[in-house]
Amino acid sequence: MRLSGPDLGDLTPTDPNRRLGVLARIHLDLPLLTGLVLVATFGLVVLYSASGQDMAQVERQLLRFGLAFGIMFGVAQIRPEQLSRWSPWLYLIGTLMLVGVLAFGDIGKGAQRWLDLGVIRFQPSEMVKLAVPMMIAWYLADKPLPPSWSRLGLAAALIIVPVLLIAKQPDLGTSLLVASAGIFVLFLAGISWRPILGLLTLAGAAAPVAWYLMRDYQKQRVLTFLGPEKDPLGAGYHIIQSKIAIGSGGIWGKGWLNGTQSQLDFLPERHTDFIFAVLSEEFGLVGVSLLLALYLFVILRGLYIASRAQDTYGRLLAGSLTLVFFVYLFVNVGMVSGLLPVVGVPLPLVSYGGTSLVTLMTGFGMLMSIHTHRKLLPR
Amino acid sequence: MQIKDHLREEQAFLGRAIIAGLLVILSLGLLLARLAQLQIVEHDHFTTLSKDNRVKLIPLPPTRGLVYDRKGVLLAQNRPAYSLELVPEQVKDIDATLQRLRQYIPISEDDLERFQRLKQRKRRFDSVPIRVNLDLEEAARFAVVRHLFPGVDIKAQLLRHYTSGTAAAHVLGYVGRISKKDLESIDPSNYAGTSHIGKTGLEKSYEALLHGAVGVQQVEVNSVGRIVRVLEETPPLPGQDLHLNLDIDLQKIALEALGDHNGAVVAIDPRTGGVLVLASKPGYDPNLFVEGVSSKAYKALREDRDRPLYDRALRGQYPPGSTVKPFIGLAGLETGTIRYDTSIYCPGYYQLLGHEHKYRDWKKWGHGPVDLDKAITQSCDVYYYKLAHDMGIDAMSGFLAQFGFGQRTGIDLTGESRGILPSREWKRRTKRQPWYPGETVIAGIGQGYFLTTPLQLATATAAIANNGHLMTPHVVAYLEDRQSHARSPIPPNQKTIPIHEQADWDDVRTAMSHVVKGLHGTAKRIRTDFYAIAGKTGTAQVFSVGQEEEYEAENASKKNRDHALFIAYAPIEDPQIAIAVVVENGGHGGSAAAPVARKVMDAYLLPRLYGDAADGLVDRKGGGTSS
Repeated sequence: MRLSGPDLGDLTPTDPNRRLGVLARIHLDLPLLTGLVLVATFGLVVLYSASGQDMAQVERQLLRFGLAFGIMFGVAQIRPEQLSRWSPWLYLIGTLMLVGVLAFGDIGKGAQRWLDLGVIRFQPSEMVKLAVPMMIAWYLADKPLPPSWSRLGLAAALIIVPVLLIAKQPDLGTSLLVASAGIFVLFLAGISWRPILGLLTLAGAAAPVAWYLMRDYQKQRVLTFLGPEKDPLGAGYHIIQSKIAIGSGGIWGKGWLNGTQSQLDFLPERHTDFIFAVLSEEFGLVGVSLLLALYLFVILRGLYIASRAQDTYGRLLAGSLTLVFFVYLFVNVGMVSGLLPVVGVPLPLVSYGGTSLVTLMTGFGMLMSIHTHRKLLPR
Repeated sequence: MQIKDHLREEQAFLGRAIIAGLLVILSLGLLLARLAQLQIVEHDHFTTLSKDNRVKLIPLPPTRGLVYDRKGVLLAQNRPAYSLELVPEQVKDIDATLQRLRQYIPISEDDLERFQRLKQRKRRFDSVPIRVNLDLEEAARFAVVRHLFPGVDIKAQLLRHYTSGTAAAHVLGYVGRISKKDLESIDPSNYAGTSHIGKTGLEKSYEALLHGAVGVQQVEVNSVGRIVRVLEETPPLPGQDLHLNLDIDLQKIALEALGDHNGAVVAIDPRTGGVLVLASKPGYDPNLFVEGVSSKAYKALREDRDRPLYDRALRGQYPPGSTVKPFIGLAGLETGTIRYDTSIYCPGYYQLLGHEHKYRDWKKWGHGPVDLDKAITQSCDVYYYKLAHDMGIDAMSGFLAQFGFGQRTGIDLTGESRGILPSREWKRRTKRQPWYPGETVIAGIGQGYFLTTPLQLATATAAIANNGHLMTPHVVAYLEDRQSHARSPIPPNQKTIPIHEQADWDDVRTAMSHVVKGLHGTAKRIRTDFYAIAGKTGTAQVFSVGQEEEYEAENASKKNRDHALFIAYAPIEDPQIAIAVVVENGGHGGSAAAPVARKVMDAYLLPRLYGDAADGLVDRKGGGTSS
């Protein structure tokens, strides 16, 4: 797997589809698919232990995987040009739905933020996670890169609107993910370092303002992060117990189904947001390294696909989706290991639950589409 | 205009992708380093912790404070209750399980509906109640077949119960299951283990004190997680008990006295601001809400035309009508617009100079010559039309504001209405219109834009009774610590209305006494020999009467009949109770509202003034002889 090379520009005059075999013809990328399946399988093994050996729960998750992989397969069949054409509409619909959630969501005390689709439930904010990078990529791909200052300003506004709408729900975790998806597109579009540094400074300066805007429970999370011992019954308990689970796992782990922290119920939310702690306890540093290596493989493959994409839209979108996947991973592991405050972000493809799974796999479907729909036209 | 340079863009992207890739590797390296720190460097430390981690923390919810009335009658208590609960995560086919359960325990459609609703709100591994308040027999029947229902179990908990039912529903409010919205305003750790929270009334406004503080039990568990022994316990701090100024017997008497009518009665101790009665009719059963009211029952309550959920005493906004006359009379005296003996002639109507419109008096043929005493005693409208016009809206609303009209009283309950004290500024702010002289005229008899709540009327009446001390009304008299029995009283809070001329106040109070004891007083029928009452009747128009029409109470359909109002305090020489009564569609204040006040005052005052001999007195006088 190579990220760079002087020969990237020229394509061999053979049909890439035939060269890549049968999987490519149905628009699947074998290395990426392998990486995803391996992560998911590892996840199910851990879930069996984390759920207290509840096979029913594993089956339900397996069903979700099936559905999510099906959606990925379906999305992979859509041509990137089609995705590009849909981008502004998806963005518009998604943003309008967010407004709708804010306007009418209160009626059901939050219950109406969801659309129930049987096995999984759907939130407009999930759709926006994809629509924002699509929109920004579509907008920037239109004109030469790097974008001019005025276009950059408009792109920033396009990011900020849905981010604020989600933050107001309030769902801080999701709004951070959506913001990062948009910002990654800008970064990959080659904007100069000055606005990037400016943005970072601004973020630093915004921290006190954010503190003022935060709800009590959000402030609580930050305070707990700074001093978990002060709240041993609430969120602080999560972090304390999760660190014990990870630390006591050691290099080799306590063995599958043998983690005392997990099996004896000390670890809260152990099959959802804190499942990484179960893995660390039972499989040790070795297991953790293996999982992180699998994740790294998926991410690097994603970046490779991005760099091989034939048009700007595909490049920007693929790159951004891959990096968001990384943000999930980083925030979750950082939170569970006590590096970051507790934000409700699941461990991608491993945590129990279907919402983020479907979003992520749709994204990977787009990556596969971008990679397998390349033409052999010399540009 | 630049031309897209594909090669250059591709190269630029590649550069950024490489940077991103390197940052990813660097970040993952950082995570790995952190994990290595925990798993290698601090491994021994955490292993020790993990081995010692036989200790689990179990939250101990505090017991909620109780609520007593002023005589010590228990109004809100905690009753042990059994509920049948199910953990969705542990049950394969929930519908089938519920059907099977029905063979043993009756489960109604309402129960099922609530179950589905709560299940939506909770996480899959939380237990969700199916049935609440199982009786012992039902609990025993389930215990026998429990092994057939994995994931279903019986839980014992304390449930709130309101002993007075509908009588004090609005004041006490109720507790309900903690919702997502509630969670945003509380400390979740302190509510770990608590399932209910105050939603309305005192339960809401005193939530923090009633709830108490959560306790923690440290227990040692064995290798399969079963509790071996309790290591250490920080007991929960029970919530404080509320002792109210409210007298539940008096409250019931007030409600009963309202008869078939909707309405509100508020009685206040003018010396302290303590709320003796805060009654709104019709009421509802707050116990319905404790375990989650079914949406059918809730819909019925909401759509009931009589609006039982609505707290008329606190939120109902009624035109004060003539009950505002003592206040406006006092305003006239204190601003120097009139003197007590200033006399005018009342021909039965009033006209502004240069206007055709006739402002009519309730007495068609007029009162003849009227001074302030007669204007209050017989409730002459023309006198007040002129007084209001002469005084002007600015002076009038400025003076009335001192009595708290148009403002929240600051009672220790949430959700009270402000009412409207009409003023030039108010109209410009809300309607963006100038003030018209005719509006001053009708404001003089408490009509037009003027709106007050029964609570405001009672508070203002108390301020007349105690010579200018506007006491902030409060329902709670003191809090009592369950363990130490230490009492923390709520200190009275007051604003003092500046008195320009003491004689003015005395004169208005004298006129109010004539309303009851005078030969032509509008409330003469509630006169009693046992104590002296000062009061004022009022009638609030529900619909307006045309210029040449006449309002005939007898013929108007019940819904269109006027609201009857009455304010009073007693005994005059040492006021112990101030009261405001609103009888919706009751007709005249003197015949419909005043007797209600009399019954409440009898019940409150006679035992205080005459001790044990009071029983005979109430019977003989019948608590107000009028209809």
